[in-house]
Amino acid sequence: MKVGLFIPCYVDQFYPGAAIATLQLLEKLGVDVTYPPNQTCCGQPMANSGFEHLTGGCNDLFIKNFAGFDYVVAPSGSCVLHIKEHLHGDADPQATINHKVYELTEFLTDVLKVKSLPAKFPHKVGMHQSCHGQRGLHLSQMTELVAPEYSKPGSLLNMVEGIELIPLNRKDECCGFGGTFCVAEESVSVKMGKDRVADHLEHGAEFITGVDMSCLMHMEGILNRQGSKVKVLHIAEILNAG
Amino acid sequence: MESEVKDHAELAAIFNKDENRVDWHDETLWWVRQKRDKMAHGLPGWEALREAASQIKDNVLSNLSQYLQQFEANAQANGTIVHWAADAKEHNEIVLELLLKNGIRKMVKSKSMLTEECHLNEYLEQQGIDVIDSDLGERIVQLAKEPPSHIVLPCIHKKKEEIGDLFHIHLGTPAGNADPQLLTEAARQHLREVFLTRKAALTGVNFAVAETGEFVVCTNEGNADMGAHLADIHIASMGIEKIIPQRKHLGVFLRLLARSATGQPITTYSSHFVKPRDGQRLHIIIVDNGRSIQLGREDFRNSLKCIRCGACMNTCPVYRRSGGHSYHTAIAGPIGAILAPNLDMEKYADLPFASTLCGSCSNVCPVKIDIHQQLYKWRQVIVQKGYTTTAKKASMKLMAFTLSSPAAYHTGGKVGRWVLKHAPFAVNNKFNPWFKQRDMPETPEQSFGEWYNKNRKK
Repeated sequence: MKVGLFIPCYVDQFYPGAAIATLQLLEKLGVDVTYPPNQTCCGQPMANSGFEHLTGGCNDLFIKNFAGFDYVVAPSGSCVLHIKEHLHGDADPQATINHKVYELTEFLTDVLKVKSLPAKFPHKVGMHQSCHGQRGLHLSQMTELVAPEYSKPGSLLNMVEGIELIPLNRKDECCGFGGTFCVAEESVSVKMGKDRVADHLEHGAEFITGVDMSCLMHMEGILNRQGSKVKVLHIAEILNAG
Repeated sequence: MESEVKDHAELAAIFNKDENRVDWHDETLWWVRQKRDKMAHGLPGWEALREAASQIKDNVLSNLSQYLQQFEANAQANGTIVHWAADAKEHNEIVLELLLKNGIRKMVKSKSMLTEECHLNEYLEQQGIDVIDSDLGERIVQLAKEPPSHIVLPCIHKKKEEIGDLFHIHLGTPAGNADPQLLTEAARQHLREVFLTRKAALTGVNFAVAETGEFVVCTNEGNADMGAHLADIHIASMGIEKIIPQRKHLGVFLRLLARSATGQPITTYSSHFVKPRDGQRLHIIIVDNGRSIQLGREDFRNSLKCIRCGACMNTCPVYRRSGGHSYHTAIAGPIGAILAPNLDMEKYADLPFASTLCGSCSNVCPVKIDIHQQLYKWRQVIVQKGYTTTAKKASMKLMAFTLSSPAAYHTGGKVGRWVLKHAPFAVNNKFNPWFKQRDMPETPEQSFGEWYNKNRKK
C-alpha cells in the first residue's frame, strides 16, 4: 500500500509541525508514505471565492503528483472535501482521484482500522469540529440530525493516555474561518471565532485541537490577541505525542 | 461590490459594533434552534419525514403546471376567484384593483413573506390605501417603519424595551413600561378594533392543495382567521411553489413546519380555507415573480421546495451574528441568499458569500434543500457573470498562477515567510483585515517541504 502525503499549502508554510506529526504518525503505524515535493494546493481558495474556473492548473498538478498512489492522505478535512467534491482533471477530465483521498483521521479509523495508539497527552483538550470534515466528510455525527452518535477523531483521541476531553456548550458550531470569509466578512468571522474560543475556555481547555489547521489558525490568532495561554494543536500532534 | 449600497459585510460590521447586542441576538436564536432540536429528536421518524417532504416537493416541482391547473379548477369549483400574476407589479395591481372596485381603502393583512417580496405595503400606501399588519411581530416592525428581519420572527432583532417605547408612541402604553403581558394586551386591543372595521383581509398561503382547491394558513396568533372571517373580501397571495398534491400530504408538512420553525409540535392554528362563506368573496392570487426562472436553473430549482420555516436562519452562525437586515432583502439568512440572486444577481451578488459554507442550514432544512451547496454554486455563477471586483479577479488570477507552479509556490512561500519574520509591519497593520482582531501565525524557520527534503530525502 503506497500512500501519498498531501500537505495543504498553508500547513506547509505555517504549520510544518502538524505536517511532521502526520508523517511520523503514519510511519509509526507502518505505512509506506511519501511526500511528492512538487505539490502546492487543492485549489479550494479560488473555488470557494467563485473562481473554480481558475483551478485547472492546480487540479492537473494535483493529479500528476498523486495519480500513482493507492491512497492520498491529508491532515485536513476541508481540503479533502474540496478534492472529493470538485477536483477533476482539466487536461484529462476522466482522471479523477476523489475516491482514494482520505482525511487523516478517517484513514486511521476506516482504512488502517487503528484500535490503539502509543500516545500520551495528559491535558484537558477541547475538540473543535471543523465543519467540512464533520458535515462534509461525516467524520462525526452532526447535532442537527436525528441519528446515532459517533466520532472518528473523537475515538482516536480517546486512545490517547491521560487525555481529558472537555464538553462544550455548542459542540459543532462553526468557528467562522471560512476561507476568504475570514477577511471578507472580518467582523462576523472574528465574532464567531471569539465565541468558539470562549466555549473552550469556559470548560477549562488547555489545548484546542481539530482536524483542520485553518480553523485552529483562526482561533489561535484570537487566543494570542487575547493574551491567552491556551494553545492550538493539530490532532496529529496529539495522536503522535508521547 | 463597487457601489454606494452597503453590502452584507459592511452591514454586519455595523451590527457588530454592539457586541452585547450580538450576543443577545445569537443566544435568542440559538435557543430557538435548541427547541427545534428537542422536537426533532423527540420524533423517531424525523429523518424519514424530511425525506418524504423532500420527495413530495420534488414531485411538485416536476409537475408544477399540472398541479397549478388542477388547483385552479378545484378552487374555482369551490367558488374561489383565481388570479394569476407574472410578477410583483401584477400582483400589487390585482390587490389594488380588488380594493378599489369595492370602495375599500383600509385592509388588514396577516403574515405573508410574498407580499414583503412584492413590497405590497409601500405600493398600497402610495395609492392611499391603509394597510395594517396583524401579526404581532409584523405590526411591531411596521410601527418602527422597518422590514421584518426574520421570516417567522419578524421583530426578533428588537428588545422588549424598544417595543415598549414604540407602543408608548403609537398605542399609548405607559412610558418606560416593557412588561410583555401589558404590551401584548395593548396590541390585542388595538388589533381587535382593526379586525372589526376592515372590510378586506389579505393572508398568505402555507400550503395549497391541488386535489381539493383549498389552502392552509398557519399562525400562532389566529390573526389570519380573525381578519379573514370578519372581512367581506379575503385575498390570499401565494407563490406558485406552495402547491402540494393531496390533502394527506399535510400530514408530512404540518408535522415538520412548526417543529422546524419554533420547536412547537404544530402551529396553534392550521386553518383550511376551502370556499367563501355566504356573502364573502374569496380571491387567490397565484404569483410567479421569478420562480419559473429559478425552476429552470437546474442547480437552484430545489430552492423552491422551501416551506419558509426559518430553521436555516436560526441555525446559521452568520445570520445569528449579523442580523436579518444585513441581508438587505425580504428573505434573510441562508435561504434568502440562494433565492435573492435569482431576482437580481447584481444587487444580491454579496449574499452567497455571506457564509462559511458550514452546512448546518442544509442539515436542519425540513425539505432537504442543499442550501450550502447552492451558495457555493451561486458564487461561481456570480463571478462568471462578472459581478465581482477587478481587484478580486486580479488577486485570484495571481493565486491561481502561483499555486499551479511548484517553483512560483516555493519562492512565494519563502518570500512570504521572510517578510513575516523580518518585516512584520508589512502585514501587521490596519490594512490587513486578519490582523485587526487576530494575531498572525508565528513564522516557522522552514516549510514542511524544506524539512522533508533534509530529513527524508531517499
